[in-house]
Formats: sequence, structure tokens, C-alpha cells
Amino acid sequence: MTSEAISRDVTQSVATSRTMTRTGVRVALEDMFESFRKWRVALIFGWQDVAQRYRRSRIGAFWLTLNMLVFIAAIGAVFGTLFRAPMAEFLPYLCVSIITWNFLSITLNEGCTTFVASEGIILQVRMPLFMHIMRTMWRNIIILAHNIVIFPVVVLLVGGSVGWTALLAIPGLLLLCLNLSWMSLVFSLICTRFRDMTQVVTNLLQVMFYFTPVMWMTRTLPEHVPDLFFQLNPFYHFLQLIRAPLLNQYPDALSWIVALAIAVVGWAWAIVFFGKYRWRVAYWL
Amino acid sequence: MTSIQLRNVSVEFPIYNSPSRSLKNRVLNIATGGKIERKSDRLVIVSGLDDISLSFREGDRIGLIGHNGSGKTTLLRVLSGIYIPTQGEAIINGACISLINISLGIDPDATGYENIRLRAAMMGMSPREISEKIEEIAEFSGLGDFLEVPFRTYSSGMQLRLAFATSTAVRPEILIMDEWLSTGDENFKDRANQRMTELVDSTKILVLASHSRELLSRNCNRVVWLDHGRVKMDGSPEEVLSAYFGS
Repeated sequence: MTSEAISRDVTQSVATSRTMTRTGVRVALEDMFESFRKWRVALIFGWQDVAQRYRRSRIGAFWLTLNMLVFIAAIGAVFGTLFRAPMAEFLPYLCVSIITWNFLSITLNEGCTTFVASEGIILQVRMPLFMHIMRTMWRNIIILAHNIVIFPVVVLLVGGSVGWTALLAIPGLLLLCLNLSWMSLVFSLICTRFRDMTQVVTNLLQVMFYFTPVMWMTRTLPEHVPDLFFQLNPFYHFLQLIRAPLLNQYPDALSWIVALAIAVVGWAWAIVFFGKYRWRVAYWL
Repeated sequence: MTSIQLRNVSVEFPIYNSPSRSLKNRVLNIATGGKIERKSDRLVIVSGLDDISLSFREGDRIGLIGHNGSGKTTLLRVLSGIYIPTQGEAIINGACISLINISLGIDPDATGYENIRLRAAMMGMSPREISEKIEEIAEFSGLGDFLEVPFRTYSSGMQLRLAFATSTAVRPEILIMDEWLSTGDENFKDRANQRMTELVDSTKILVLASHSRELLSRNCNRVVWLDHGRVKMDGSPEEVLSAYFGS
């Protein structure tokens, strides 16, 4: 093609881009840019979701914290005894593992139903669809923030300390969110079309909970189980991004590399996928 | 320049009867592969709009009329950019607000003021705009101190007032409505109607779906009659309305 022909082609596609294009990477990107421009709406309604659940209770959203505390204490007592693990080490480990895993699995579970749950809005107001994903993400980040306050308490109780390495958990969390958001986007598209995929995802996550070192530690694995058993599990690396720094360890470079690679490849694929099916979402609802 | 152009727009809905909607059944289908399964897996397609071409310009006050199921709501959704046509194209230039469910976004447990903010955010107002208008909205609603208490404690009339006051505070270029919004007791009704008129006058294009002859002839300068997803008639209100209502 000559350059003239190319430029003509480009201007043509620009002229009709607002209208003709139903599918394509551009549709996906436009939707996402618009979502970022309207980030406030996502924030307001994400916050609202949490507030709504606890509005009429006395301690409000700190019920989340309390529930989590009770849960961790119970699980810690039972499994700490079962595994014969020293509590000073096991409790902080369990605490950060469970909180991070909860964040991860609930975000993905809710990601599945994001579009279905926002049906009323999607069919009435023209809003970028990615905004609903941002709302789900934000809601779960707020819940995570309520839960994570338990961690320093647990550490203090067992007489440990939190070092500066803990700050590394922040970029870790960002990377985790980056991964969770593309997964949520893809899951919500699939689950809107095939409603019982939600159940499949829920089941898979439940299975992964046991296969991933959340409650157990990697070194308690029997000798004959190779390290690949958890090294091949992306969820292990996601967890490590946040867990290791909070426990005064540096996460393996491998965890960072795996999480980054999944984020890049995942997002590239998610954008193509979203671009292809975005326009169908309203019809599937 | 605000404008709406529909060129040969068709909208078709796939109806996934529950068997075909699940992936599980798809997998099971391969396993059983019987004729019965395939029969129930057939995809039903309902045509909502069929080859519609319309062009709206600034100053147009469009009335939409038609029997139930004639495609009015579907067309309103195409015009607000919610449904992307399965065939043809829809070119919509201008900020568009649809006032169909004016209570969307409201949280019963939040206070009146909070709900004004929520509802306004749902309609796409920026926080600055909201801060500018919130006092005016509060005053118009006439709810006074009630704005400080939870929405759920309001009577249904008061709830509607709040939703109405907030929803009509927007100033879009294109306004889409399903029936006229009116609410409240006699005193409030007059003020509400006046406010609606102000809102309608300030928009560049109005699309109003209604069954009321009086309403359409009062507010519209062009009426489109939809029938079975097609445009049956498109012209001045007198012409179309008398044909539709048969007099």
C-alpha cells in the first residue's frame, strides 16, 4: 500500500470510529480511557457498596475487621496446633495469607458477576463498561484496607516486628490489582454470556485455595514433592508479592517476573477480547 | 453540532433459552449429541428494530409512539448508545441523558443529601457541578430538614420529589424520556411541570416516548410511529397522531 493510501485509510477510520466500529482494540481502549476519566463515579459507588452493607450497624465496616480477626484466631489455633508450627511465626503468616487470598478470590468471584449485577445501570445509562470493573476493584480494596489493620496487631501480639521491607508490599499490591482487573474483565464478559461459568470460577478458586500455600507453608511439603508444585502456580506468586515483604522477606525475583509477565500478556489478551465482545454485553443482559 | 443519525439500523436480540445459555449444556451436548438436545439449543432471535433510518437535528422535539412491543424502548436505548445496532450504524453527536428510571443509584439508607450526590453522580455530573447545584436541588425538593435523615424514612411522594429534583438538574444536549415525569401533590406538580419545561427547552434534541396524545402534541414538533420495529409513519404531530389515534 502506498503511504497515501494508508493515510486515506486512516482518516476514513477516524471519521467513522465513533459509530461504525463495533469491535476492535480501539473500542476496548476508548472504553477504558473513558472509565479512567470518570474514575470518580467508580470510587463513589465502590465506597457506597461498602457503606450500604454496614450503614445501620454501630461499628460499621469494622465488622469486616472483627470477622476476619475471629476467623484468623480460630484457624490459627486449630491449624497451628495441627501443624505443630511455632505460633510466633505461623500466626502472622496465616494472617497475611488469608487476608490477601480473600481479597484475591472475592475480587475474582465478584468480577464474574460484575456486569450481571450492574444490569440496571448498563441498560439505562451509557457508561463505559470497564468502570463497573473499577468499582468492584475499589470496593474490594476498601475491604482489604479494613482487614489489613489486623496484621500489625497480630504481629505485636506474638512479639514480632514489621520492617521497612513491608513497603515493598505496595508495588506488590499494585501489580496484583493489575492482574486481578484483567481477569475480572475477562471473567465478567464470559460469565455474562454463560451464566454458570460463575459457579465454575467459584469452584476453581476453592480448589486453588488448597493447592496454593495459603494455610500451609511451602517448607512443610514432604520431601518427594518438587518445588514446581507451587512454583508453577501463579496464585503462589501473587500471594508472595504481598506476603513476603510483610514478613520481612524479599519476594523472589521470580514472583515479580511471573506476575509482571502474566499482567502484560493477560492485559494484551483481555483488551482484544473486550474489544471483540464489548458491544454484545448489553444484549446478553 | 448536536445530531443523531440512524442508517439502516437493525437490532436483533439473541434469546438464549436457559439450555443454550450455559456452557455446561454445550459440553453435554457434544456428549449426548441427540436431536432433542439440538432442538432445545436452537438460538431464537427476536428482531427488536428492523432497518430504521432516521435523522434528528438540533431543535427537533421527537415524539415516539407505538403499541407495546413496537420497539420504543429499544430505540431509546439505541439513541442513548446502550445498544450498538447489530446492523447499520448509529451516529450520536452530543451528551445524552436518559430519564427513564429516575431513582437509579439511590440508596435508601443514605440521607437525602447523600442521595442527591449519588443520583447526580450516576447521571454523570462532576463533583464540581454537584456542589454547585446541590443547594438548588435541595431547595427545589422542598424537603428541608428531611434531607438530613435517611431516604427510607420518606413517604413515597417525598422520595419521588427528591429523585425528580435531582434528575432534572442536568442540562444535557440530548434528552431521552420514557413518558413525562410528573410527581407530587397539586402544589408541587405545577412547579415540577415548569421545571420539566425548562429542562426540555434547554436541550437541543428531545426524544420522548409516550402514549399520551395531548403530551406529544404539546411538546413535540415531529412524531415517529413505530410498528413491529419499523417506522410506520414519520411526520408532523397532527398528521401522525391523528393517523395513530384514528381521528
